Amino acid sequence: MTTTQVRGPAIRVQGLQKSYKQLHVLRGVDFDVAQGAIFALLGSNGAGKTTVVNILSTLLKTDAGAAVVNGFDVAAQPADVRESISLTGQFAAVDEILTGRENLVLVARLRHLKDPGGIADGLLDRFSLTDAAARKVSTYSGGMRRRLDIAMSLIGDPPVIFLDEPTTGLDPQARLEVWQAIRELAESGTTVLLTTQYLDEAEQLADRIAILHEGRIIVNGTLAELKQLLPPAKVEYVEKQPTLEDVFLAVVDDGGREGEAGDVRKSGTDE
Amino acid sequence: MTKHFFGDTAVLTGRSMRHVTRSLDTIITTAIMPIAFMLLFVYVFGGAIHAGTDRYVNYLLPGILLITIASGIAYTAFRLFTDMQSGIFERFHSMPIARSSVLWAHVLTSLAANGISVVVVVLVALLMGFRSSAGVLAWLEVAGILGLFTLALTWIAVIPGLTAKSVDGASAFSYPILFLPFISSAFVPTATMPGPVRAFAENQPVTSIVNAIRALLARQPVGTGIWIGLAWCVGVLVVAYVFAMVTYHRKIA
Repeated sequence: MTTTQVRGPAIRVQGLQKSYKQLHVLRGVDFDVAQGAIFALLGSNGAGKTTVVNILSTLLKTDAGAAVVNGFDVAAQPADVRESISLTGQFAAVDEILTGRENLVLVARLRHLKDPGGIADGLLDRFSLTDAAARKVSTYSGGMRRRLDIAMSLIGDPPVIFLDEPTTGLDPQARLEVWQAIRELAESGTTVLLTTQYLDEAEQLADRIAILHEGRIIVNGTLAELKQLLPPAKVEYVEKQPTLEDVFLAVVDDGGREGEAGDVRKSGTDE
Repeated sequence: MTKHFFGDTAVLTGRSMRHVTRSLDTIITTAIMPIAFMLLFVYVFGGAIHAGTDRYVNYLLPGILLITIASGIAYTAFRLFTDMQSGIFERFHSMPIARSSVLWAHVLTSLAANGISVVVVVLVALLMGFRSSAGVLAWLEVAGILGLFTLALTWIAVIPGLTAKSVDGASAFSYPILFLPFISSAFVPTATMPGPVRAFAENQPVTSIVNAIRALLARQPVGTGIWIGLAWCVGVLVVAYVFAMVTYHRKIA
């Protein structure tokens, strides 16, 4: 990629507005995302999270306001923005009829990279999909599909990645796998803008969290800052019962996961 | 980004051609209905139809080929619809590629897939006794007319492919087009039809296209009818293309 690295925030959004006919989805959204950070945009269904992501990835035009990604204005320099980003949409946008490897090769060729096959093999290995590489994606589980989807977004090492509700519809194990993939992304210096409706997801992953509500950002800060908005914590002694998720993961974690050939289990599920 | 237009179109066409070759049933389904019509009309109705040719299958084939294409473009709309629904269209559009190549890949795939179906139907017709003494040039002219017809219908198919809310909605547009050959000179000469029906049949695109192909394959003079047929194809192509592009730009902002 020939994208120039730009000083300042990786993403800058100012006064973003968008309406669909009478419905004002965004009423002036402002936020910055620092380079290399994981930024979570939190909001309920219909809050406008996807609209923000679609504007930032040049799929939608704004009615008012400005957005800059990697130093490029989304309205004035959309081609440069597209060089700088990858979008992982709300539904795993993979080609069901192609194999996993063919999906990766396709994206590598569309990004005009050398050695698409080598890039594909590297990512298949990194995302534990090597054994499933030659299978049609329609035979993949939801978690495998999402991992392939994210792997496709990493091709070409774009400095900014948008993940729109990456774990919606996944089972708890697949969710942990995706979280692990996102953490590794941020460790390698990629800026990640993540939307989610799960509070714990934002809590687990994000350096900064913004809450989008009724078309505006109503809170924006680190987890610690957000917690200070509430009354100070009280000390109470309660018996810690395992949650249903703990139980599910302990019971299901049978050490094999034969159903997904080649799947490497991510640890840390059964402490 | 337009410097990548041809490369990107080639890559994306390769992708959707894999969709065609991996679901051969779409080609078989596309070809099977026209073949069934051909069997029905040749072996059941054909004996009673006086079309003025020594072999009825020779008379019938041009219309059958148009029906083949009309049923094939339903899959063009379906493939486009699936890409819209799955989000892969958005993925491609958020990538640094020549955006228009996404649509052109579907159009080229439509031409190729329909070409394969047409060849299959012609081979079956040969088995059923279809014979033509037409030379290479005449066959190329026939291929050109069929290609233009496919292109015109493909751009019509793009519109529901982009806008449909359901699979059925994406392919419903093809039914009226499938019906047009029945009220034309495709199966029987128009001369026996009652006044208004005959007027419609003789002035709709299928008749002039079918007559032109039939004349080319029978090595007869095509007359001015071929120009009317081509004018229909080009006219429909231009109008459908304009509407498809308007729809496309409205859809992708």
